[in-house]
Amino acid sequence: MPTLEVNCATADMAEIAFAGQVSRARRVLLIIEGLVLIGALVLPVMLHDYLTVFATRVVILALFALSFDLVWGYAGIMSFGQALFFGSAGYGVALLARDLDITSILLVLPAGTLIGLVFALLLGGFLLLGRHPASMIFVSLGTLTGAYAADRLARGWYYLGGQNGIPSIPPMTLGSYELSEGSNFYYLALGLLVIVYVACRFLVRSQFGLALAGLRENEQRIAFFGYRTQHLKAIVFAIGGAIAGLSGSLYAFHEGFVWPNMIGVVVSTQVVLYVLFGGSGTLIGAVIGTAIVEGLSFWLSDNYRDIWPIILGVLLLLVILFRPLGLISLVLTERERVGSFAAKAQDKKRAQHHAAS
Amino acid sequence: MPLLEAAGIRKIFGKLTAVDGAALTVRENEFHGLIGPNGSGKSTLMKCIAGAEVPTQGKVRFINTDITTFTPTERARAGMSLKFQITSVLPSLTLYDNILLALQGHCSLFDLVFSRSRRQLHDQVMMMLTQFRLADRAFDAAAALSHGQQQWLEIAMALAGKPRLLLLDEPTGGMSLEERRVTGELLRPIKEHCSLVIVEHDLDFIRDICDRLTVLDQGRVLATGSVAEIQADKSVQEIYLRRA
Repeated sequence: MPTLEVNCATADMAEIAFAGQVSRARRVLLIIEGLVLIGALVLPVMLHDYLTVFATRVVILALFALSFDLVWGYAGIMSFGQALFFGSAGYGVALLARDLDITSILLVLPAGTLIGLVFALLLGGFLLLGRHPASMIFVSLGTLTGAYAADRLARGWYYLGGQNGIPSIPPMTLGSYELSEGSNFYYLALGLLVIVYVACRFLVRSQFGLALAGLRENEQRIAFFGYRTQHLKAIVFAIGGAIAGLSGSLYAFHEGFVWPNMIGVVVSTQVVLYVLFGGSGTLIGAVIGTAIVEGLSFWLSDNYRDIWPIILGVLLLLVILFRPLGLISLVLTERERVGSFAAKAQDKKRAQHHAAS
Repeated sequence: MPLLEAAGIRKIFGKLTAVDGAALTVRENEFHGLIGPNGSGKSTLMKCIAGAEVPTQGKVRFINTDITTFTPTERARAGMSLKFQITSVLPSLTLYDNILLALQGHCSLFDLVFSRSRRQLHDQVMMMLTQFRLADRAFDAAAALSHGQQQWLEIAMALAGKPRLLLLDEPTGGMSLEERRVTGELLRPIKEHCSLVIVEHDLDFIRDICDRLTVLDQGRVLATGSVAEIQADKSVQEIYLRRA
């Protein structure tokens, strides 16, 4: 069958060419990730203490941005209430510290993650697990309403400190060691960011990641392939909630207090901006977006006290208008954002060897 | 025992009755054509069978199970597959990933997260692409394909899960004569393991490929039988074949 042989040879060449493209794109991504990591590792050495505190806040918010990027950038679920999980975990660990004197890092961080997960499961179960798939508008308004309601509840509930929130949260502890703001807290947050980032990268490049890409592109179509699309969405939403919970509990201990804004619409919108600015669906875009937006806000508010929000707003608009795929699209190709899921050449060889034996 | 049995299917959209008590029976390894003039309710009946629409009335049985209230996911897992009238391949994914996506639809969550079947599915992906003459484009984005190739890709995706019944809504729409001929060639071999319900306007194509036909007119079944019987049917000739 010469035709089939020619066809297979062409397919092999196409595969080799494609593998080359993918590995080039991944090399670019790896270089960017490496540079960001090296920059982040040396930062506390180069910065004044007060700037290290600011950098820690950025790292924690970048972790929060990852949660939104996973939910929106990969699964296409528009969550306008991501702060609900961030803030509820923050309030939860603040109450643990205030009322039960629980500050051990080994308890409060898992507890915060669990709170985010449970809240996301509850809200996701309600919004996503109906008989018929929920529309994007329904999910965005549902999550927005959830965050707004939580904000109002926190403001009006005396036990949660009302408008003032819960101040003077004691520092996190590890045995007898107190972890207060500074370079140690920074490296803890950075370590957690790296772990969560690597776990997310593993997830989005797996076959599960391909299912997420299908979900994002055409949810109705993939239901006809046998995917339980609503379950997939609820799972990703819950993972996003857990990551937001982890970052919220870190944030609460880092800042030393929690307040209603942390659980409401303001922070929910802020995280959308981080991800859109950096580039959704790439993970690194969310991290870079957070660093740039927060860095710019910090610098502008110092130098242009009266008009800095206007300058920042215009900059964000310009990026979203001219680079709708975010700043990361300047260096990363569309292919990296969409993803490619073919098995690696060495995996295929192993599979063929396995089949032959 | 028939593979598929749809009886008394009625579908009403507001004041419009799109399907009015239609019935359809498909046997194992049968290619069954669903024909009729525009607006006769073919696509709506197909959607009611596939679960894309919920019938207002009527029952659908598949492999001896009542699946009338099954979701599309449950129907797919029971062995039914659908190709939409409007091509709905995932345009930004590569052809390879489109097929892999369709193939792994029945994998468990654990297998998906740990990519346990990716290596094993590779050969099947390449085999499907080779079978549908798309192997040399395997790593192009699906959006880069011609309309006809996108239709083939979608048929390949619909077949990837090894369904017992494939529902094809206008598979040759917008294709050239040569592409139609190739589509027929691509479909014939699946008869060994799969039944087919096909909605199509191209009567030559239908006559060429189908064993039995059902003719719909204004949402009702006008006639059903072998291709020869339908061709000889006076009422069909009157309302439909004469126009063709």
